[in-house]
Amino acid sequence: MFDFSIVTTWIDEFLRNYLPEFWVLTIEFVVVGVILLALYCIIALILIYFERKICAAFQCRLGPNRVGPYGSIQSVADMLKMLIKEIIPINHTDKILFYLAPFFVVAASFLTFGAIPFGNGLQAIDFNIGVFYLMAVSSLGVIGILLAGWSSNNKYSMIGAMRSGAQLISYELSAGLALMTIVVLSGNMQLSSIIEGQKDCWYLFQGHIPAIIAFIIYLIAGHAETNRGPFDLPEAESELTAGYHTEYSGLQFGFFYLAEYLNMFIIASIATTVFLGGWMPFHVTGLDGFNQIMDYIPSVIWFFGKAFVLMFLSLWVRWTFPRLRIDQLLNLEWKYLLPINMVNLLVMVILVIYGLHF
Amino acid sequence: MEKIKQLIQAKVPNATMEEKEFLTVTVKPEDLRILAQTLRYDESACFDYLVQLIGVDYGDSLGVVYLLSTSKDLNSCIVIKTTTDRENPMIPTVSDIWGTANLNEREVFGFFGIHFIDHPDMRHLFLTERWKGFPLRKDYDASKAQNPMDLTSYPMPETTTRWVSGEGAIKEEKIQLFKDDDYVLNIGPQHPATHGVLHFRTILEGEIIRKIDVNCGYIHRGIEKLSESLTYPQILHFTDRLDYLSAHINRHALCMCVEKAAEIEVPRRAEYIRTIMDELSRITSHLLSWGCMCMDMGALTAFIYGMRDREKVLDIFEETCGGRLIQNYNVIGGVMADIHPNFVNHVKEFIPYMRKNLKEYHQIYTGNVIARQRMIGVGHLSQETAVSFAVSGPVGRASGFHCDLRKIAPYAAYNDVEFKEIVRTEGDCMARYMNRLDEIEESLHIIEQLIDKIPDGEFCAKTKAIIKLPEGEYFQRIEAARGEFGVYIMSKGEKTPYRLKFRSPSMALVSVMDTICQGAKIADLITIGGSMDYVIPDIDR
Repeated sequence: MFDFSIVTTWIDEFLRNYLPEFWVLTIEFVVVGVILLALYCIIALILIYFERKICAAFQCRLGPNRVGPYGSIQSVADMLKMLIKEIIPINHTDKILFYLAPFFVVAASFLTFGAIPFGNGLQAIDFNIGVFYLMAVSSLGVIGILLAGWSSNNKYSMIGAMRSGAQLISYELSAGLALMTIVVLSGNMQLSSIIEGQKDCWYLFQGHIPAIIAFIIYLIAGHAETNRGPFDLPEAESELTAGYHTEYSGLQFGFFYLAEYLNMFIIASIATTVFLGGWMPFHVTGLDGFNQIMDYIPSVIWFFGKAFVLMFLSLWVRWTFPRLRIDQLLNLEWKYLLPINMVNLLVMVILVIYGLHF
Repeated sequence: MEKIKQLIQAKVPNATMEEKEFLTVTVKPEDLRILAQTLRYDESACFDYLVQLIGVDYGDSLGVVYLLSTSKDLNSCIVIKTTTDRENPMIPTVSDIWGTANLNEREVFGFFGIHFIDHPDMRHLFLTERWKGFPLRKDYDASKAQNPMDLTSYPMPETTTRWVSGEGAIKEEKIQLFKDDDYVLNIGPQHPATHGVLHFRTILEGEIIRKIDVNCGYIHRGIEKLSESLTYPQILHFTDRLDYLSAHINRHALCMCVEKAAEIEVPRRAEYIRTIMDELSRITSHLLSWGCMCMDMGALTAFIYGMRDREKVLDIFEETCGGRLIQNYNVIGGVMADIHPNFVNHVKEFIPYMRKNLKEYHQIYTGNVIARQRMIGVGHLSQETAVSFAVSGPVGRASGFHCDLRKIAPYAAYNDVEFKEIVRTEGDCMARYMNRLDEIEESLHIIEQLIDKIPDGEFCAKTKAIIKLPEGEYFQRIEAARGEFGVYIMSKGEKTPYRLKFRSPSMALVSVMDTICQGAKIADLITIGGSMDYVIPDIDR
């Protein structure tokens, strides 16, 4: 597999030859930051386009097909529209918190971008507590949502924010425990070693039963974390007219919108990294010829392909099911997912101790 | 009826009785409550279903007309009338006997100025408190100077009045609607889930609803007042715009009323066509209701599927009538034009297509565990409450109330078809939801039986150019998609009606929202509202 760290080390050495340490680091930080920002926006645009097309397919209609070939420039047009829309200043809101809220949400999802391995050698930061860092940082989004609901001075937003806060805090538990199950299997929190450990076989198959259960629970909990699909009560359009982001307009609403799509991508990519082998190709132990062919496909394509399949599942669920009521939602988490999760963790620990995994 | 007459003579000796279309009993306001309680609670009478409550301005006095029926046999009806003077009009309330009288008496108060003694909440229903004059009185000053268009924004009223009787005199009391620390959420008038412009002021405790105050009138167009200056063929166009989803059925009701009064015989071909169009309207209305209910609960795909199938019927309508939502097809004496040559074929293609898709609806939504959890056990409406609040249609039938007028009092071509009346007893949202889907199936069955047997002949009877109804009062009841739609015409022999009233099925549905939403959550309010399926222009007229 082509290892991108060759390229990055080459650039690093090239810069070090000519510039002092401080400037090398600064330039590298700025370049990585710009690339991640660009990636952030471009992935969001592509995702929005795919959601609209896939949603249209489920609903027996066509989706965008006028702006550009097959409607591909529709997202760009929408982004331009969002940028030039007026940001309506609202009376009697808590101005500082009101303007701060979208940044929290975007910052939380952006921070996780730094730790996700997009391909072989394409990882901005490789912490030794990678999984833990991802969990911690994606929880920052709750603050943004609560601030948005509170500072809007609007009863609907308040109700939406309260519901969302309760929902997010509950489902983080399940998501975290599901990831812990895999940490037990791999013995390591560092994302690159988790991926290395899946060289011969993905953890989903290595850990068989508990890994599959953990996968399903993670997908459900992750879905709930993004406020999408059957769990979108906080922003239920038909009930609360957009819930916690009712009062936002223009670019501020754009931030919430962006963060929602990227959260979906992040959940999918964390699930890919931890359960489906990240950028590792699909190897079957013993079939060397097959493995060689799989190696020809670049790692970036593997990663995005797997993430895309999981996002398709997410969209499928979102466009089919009605939404759960808040008490049913919390019921699902505390009475069903959490106990199953804890038992599952125990089963995985037993599996690892007795070496019953593949 | 003889027993009822004797009962009334015994309890209220001063009552005068006449035999018109129904037995009509006229009493003084003092005896109204005794008569009402006798008719409601006595075992031999048991008139527990108040169909229409109509305010009339007789010129020298103001009065109220009550059309009562019994839930055991919707065919037997009785009419009560009472009059009061113009200077200080006071009539005792019957809102504790029949729950539906609550909103109806508020409407009469707003339009005529009749105070109802002991009514718990005597506010105007459609107009604001600042409105000068009483619109439906004959001496109403309709000039713009009297009621100018006011663009100032006034706060919503927080108090209501009650005229309380006691110790002989009648006192006016002011009651607070909301306490100081009530958390009031405004749902509507601009809200995606209220299916129109309806305003609920909801008192919440966290997520639980304590009380709902309904505020209608945002789309009040004064149809009843306008009708008093228009001829009958002109009034037909208003009926389409009441409950626009069963536009055809409403127009059918007014046509039937006028034809009955003027003794015009409608040709059999026209009756068959009217019935088939009625059932197609019912299908479109239920499809839209299903789609919107699912959309309110979050399944947007279901809405698109419902609309897709509805388009097929709308194409059939457009071919024959020219209109999709407002068909503009019934006229007095028959239908406006003959059916399009392709009509029969298109309908015959549609029926198996719809049957297949109904199965798809059940697959995608009815069996879904999330949907079932949202709907089963939510918003229970008991049979007594349904009858008391005059809730009919699929909602009433979901609570065990046998109120399908097509079966009980058949009209048009319903005599010639076999179909089931869909009645369930659970009374929750799931029952209402299933009722509608099953009614689509029954409508398909009815159309199937009629479509090949449309008799040849005229499609419209010849009527005079100017239709004048003989003097008298005429009632008409019909089964619209939402419940029982009614027409009351009081004519003085002119070409315009003296008083025309439309009985709105959706008003009954909205009036019962407060009762069944007590203790439910906000999400349930949306589900219940979707399952009730009220159309606001029908309430506001």
